Amino acid sequence: MLEVVVADTLAEASAAMSEEARFLGGGTLVMRQVNYGDQRFNRIVRCRERLDEIRPDGSRVMIGSGVTMAQIMGSRDLAFLAPAARAVGGPAIRNMATIGGNVIAPHPYGDLAVALLALDGRVALSDGTSQPLEQYLKTRRGLVRSVSIQRPSGDEFRFRKVSRVKPKGVSVMSMAAHLQRSAGRLSDVRVAYGAMAATPIRVAAVEQALEGASLDLNGVTPALNAATEGLSPPDDALASAWYRREVAPVHLRRLLLGEDRR
Amino acid sequence: MKTPVTFTLNGADAAAFADPGQNLLDVLRRGVGDLSPKYGCGQGTCGTCTVLIDGEPHLSCLVLAETVQGRAVETAGGMANGPDLHALQTAFVEGFAAQCGYCTPGMLMAAKALLDRNPSPTRDEVIEAISGNLCRCTGYEPIVEAILTAARAPRNSVGSTV
Repeated sequence: MLEVVVADTLAEASAAMSEEARFLGGGTLVMRQVNYGDQRFNRIVRCRERLDEIRPDGSRVMIGSGVTMAQIMGSRDLAFLAPAARAVGGPAIRNMATIGGNVIAPHPYGDLAVALLALDGRVALSDGTSQPLEQYLKTRRGLVRSVSIQRPSGDEFRFRKVSRVKPKGVSVMSMAAHLQRSAGRLSDVRVAYGAMAATPIRVAAVEQALEGASLDLNGVTPALNAATEGLSPPDDALASAWYRREVAPVHLRRLLLGEDRR
Repeated sequence: MKTPVTFTLNGADAAAFADPGQNLLDVLRRGVGDLSPKYGCGQGTCGTCTVLIDGEPHLSCLVLAETVQGRAVETAGGMANGPDLHALQTAFVEGFAAQCGYCTPGMLMAAKALLDRNPSPTRDEVIEAISGNLCRCTGYEPIVEAILTAARAPRNSVGSTV
């Protein structure tokens, strides 16, 4: 029998968590498991504390884990993230789905987390510690209080979601890049993929190949050749691993060079 | 243990006892007897359970019922004013925008949320607004047209009194 625990604070919610508990944020992940009679948990933990603050902090922005996709799309401070938030579900889902859910969502979900990863995301946990999002994604242990990201300037940030159904469809893959430049050359570039591994990941081989390169076809060609280096993309009903490998360089080129889809 | 939940449904007070984990759709249909929102997929794919909570579209099958405590819920069942249909409903009927009808309550709610906020949407905005609602009969075209027709209807017939 399922029980619902309502905690006043995230810290209290954290204390009520166990292997047999699920934390309810926007409901889009947990409630579908409830509806389908998932027997792996017998407790839903929810929290009265509002975690929906968006706070600019110098060159970064702190986003509460309860912030929804719709709130991101409506925030002036997060205008750069709006296209990534818009890529998630339809309007009703975007009124419900939160940042916190996005960073724990199983493959092939979590498109927004890909963007957060490319923007040097750091998660703050309910116990007061923080860690790089990249590290958190490996274990996904602990309740996320907020995610802090770097605020890109100009057109440095790129996001692209590839799906078979428009305008709403699940990712064949998603890609994000933060293309910082120094003296006209790419520097300290971060590139992340979604639906190309069990979780959203950064792509070290591509990042290294872009370091010091110019942002044109010649400059990015080594990165395109390394597009799937070290990756084992999933085989699923949306796309085979082979297909994902074949098309990744094409979508990476479009992402990096800002080319239109067609 | 059941949890009491009170909210407004289409402007009238409503109350129910929610089971642990019970979703809002189930409470609406079995708890308070509003059969207008439908159960489709139970996983956020189809949109036929769409209702408005505080004016914004939500998927009622993914809302934990007890979380609507004190909030305003609107369903397709509350759109007509007595025998007078809402402009969207009239446009759906006249434009053959409902075939089997299963997606219709969700489509109407998604469309109402759009028109309440944006009375003169573009075609692309209409398509975006119903992008979370699946229809396997019509091919969407009559639905998009019906929503655009309703938006062009005299203002006093759009927007419910709720």
